[in-house]
Amino acid sequence: MQQAVWVTSVALMLIATAVFVWVVLSTRNPTDDYAPIIKKGYGFRKIFFGALLAVTAVATATTLGQLPYALAAQDEGVQVVNATGYQWYWELDRSEVKTGQPVQFRLNAGDVTHGFGVYNKDLQLVAQSQVMPGYTNILDYTFEEPGVYQILCLEYCGVSHHIMMGEITVTN
Amino acid sequence: MAEHDYQYLEHTPAARKVLTGYLAVFGVVLLLMMTFGLLMRLNQGTLIGLGADRFYQTLTVHGTGMVGVTGMGGAAIMWYFLGRHMRLSVPVLAFNLVAFIVGAAMILYAAFIGGFAAGWTFLWPLPAKSMGQWEIGAAALHMSGLLLIGVGFLLLHLDTGRAIIGKYGNLARALGWPHLFGFSDEKPPKVVVASTMALISNTLGLVSGATVLAISIVNLYVPSFTIDPLLAKNMIYFFGHVFINITIYMAIIAVYELLPIYTGREWKVNRVFLASWTVATVLMVAVYPHHLLMDLNMPAWVAAGAQIASYISGMPILVVTGYGALMLLYRSKVRWTTTTALLLLGVFGWASGSLPAILDATISVNKVMHNTLWVPGHFHTYLLLGQVSLVFAFMAHFSHGTEWAKGTLNRMGVGLFLLGGLGLTHGFLFSGQSSVPRRYAEYLPEWVGQAQFGALAAALVISGALILFVNFLSRMPRQCKTV
Repeated sequence: MQQAVWVTSVALMLIATAVFVWVVLSTRNPTDDYAPIIKKGYGFRKIFFGALLAVTAVATATTLGQLPYALAAQDEGVQVVNATGYQWYWELDRSEVKTGQPVQFRLNAGDVTHGFGVYNKDLQLVAQSQVMPGYTNILDYTFEEPGVYQILCLEYCGVSHHIMMGEITVTN
Repeated sequence: MAEHDYQYLEHTPAARKVLTGYLAVFGVVLLLMMTFGLLMRLNQGTLIGLGADRFYQTLTVHGTGMVGVTGMGGAAIMWYFLGRHMRLSVPVLAFNLVAFIVGAAMILYAAFIGGFAAGWTFLWPLPAKSMGQWEIGAAALHMSGLLLIGVGFLLLHLDTGRAIIGKYGNLARALGWPHLFGFSDEKPPKVVVASTMALISNTLGLVSGATVLAISIVNLYVPSFTIDPLLAKNMIYFFGHVFINITIYMAIIAVYELLPIYTGREWKVNRVFLASWTVATVLMVAVYPHHLLMDLNMPAWVAAGAQIASYISGMPILVVTGYGALMLLYRSKVRWTTTTALLLLGVFGWASGSLPAILDATISVNKVMHNTLWVPGHFHTYLLLGQVSLVFAFMAHFSHGTEWAKGTLNRMGVGLFLLGGLGLTHGFLFSGQSSVPRRYAEYLPEWVGQAQFGALAAALVISGALILFVNFLSRMPRQCKTV
């Protein structure tokens, strides 16, 4: 996912750069007659606007299918992990889960707001949720690969925020 | 009443002096905050050893200071151009400057003497729960300083509101609604439309921020006086989102006002322009929940709405302002000076930075990008390359006028700023796709090299910014006396 986003972003920014450079180069061949440029420009702007609307509609339709909010119901076979964040450590009521079965992290904070970030062995972030005092956040995730996953705090929570790490082992 | 019928007002010498003060403070504080940014990247790259406490104090000051100082730069631009259409209060302008300087001093003291390090976000209840890192007095001093700065900006907007309503009767007319909906030919000038949008949005944001700050300060001394942390977070991010984005919307006024001068072409107000600013006003206050997409206890409809609103909010940027600026430039007889180069860079930074930001507002993307360095990657693009370039462009115009040709030193300044800016922002974005968390004092060994690259890029940015600012500043006192 991250790499796809990175490539898309760089590609879009390169397109934007190319357009800006093209416009700058066009000033080497100036004209006094702005009216035709306005007419043509406004015409193309409608197409540009329509294309943006179409991309927005497609992106919305394809990405809003499954939202991760307010998932409190416990399905059969779900592995529940209760986790609480404190300055500056994690308390998990189990340290091992299995691949292929949904895991439901029930997240609480004992003091201030933290961020529960699940990192795989390649240090890629695979899932996250904010963890807030007074609330239980539910994070559902199904591990596909076995291994030791690290839990990093992803919300600044004080001077030792960067060492607030935990672990969870995923087995077949 | 067409927009060109207006008689432009000349600024008084007092107004120009205060505006010069704004730009001088902008440059000094910006360079200081950039230096703090460099120190943080050096620390993450293990090239210096700040210590975690000093790192997070620096982080807090860097975030708060940058937000505040871009606000000062944007306010100077808005005031300068709006003040040519209506009489604005110079004492209010001056009060905002003094409030900013005093507030900034309080924030610096709270951090580096008092040890306060809760971040610009001051997420409740962190200011009261430092685990011994700072006393509540330091937290109160920081938040009071922030409150003072907010009051200054609120008064500034209320003064623009007084003048706008005095001239147009109501805010709907100032946004051009009678023309937009076909009732009148009256078209308010672009600066009036943009300033009205800033007035509406920032007033709401500042009131929200001031409220949560006041509650947080009381909570320091009366712990039983609490606020729901999710509500507090909503209020903080509403304030923060609106304030930082309005700094860009105020700065973009320089493009509307200066680009026609340098290209010799008119940028007309039409229905598309007015509609885009009305839409931008609504979206500015509606879109902030995209900062809370990983608060999974938020209602799903709010998060889904934030994603859709984020997609749409990019359209006025790209379709009206970015496209309009490029149309104005296309095959024009533009004079390429430091001002026009920086104006173009500003529009580019704003437009291109919005692209990774919009991607990040997709919930499924945000799940693996939120609070990684992807976020500073996109906001540094539209703030550093976008907003700061626009303020520098205005500085170039303000200090040297339209007749100024580009010199070697300025070319070098713009070049270093651009090169360093691209390196810095893409370094952040690359680290974001590598899942490197933001706001970490120390890195795992795998991430250290990326921070070192960031430090090099930051040094280039500072070099370019220093050259440009010193060059502008050296001419500003003379320019001050010319009117």
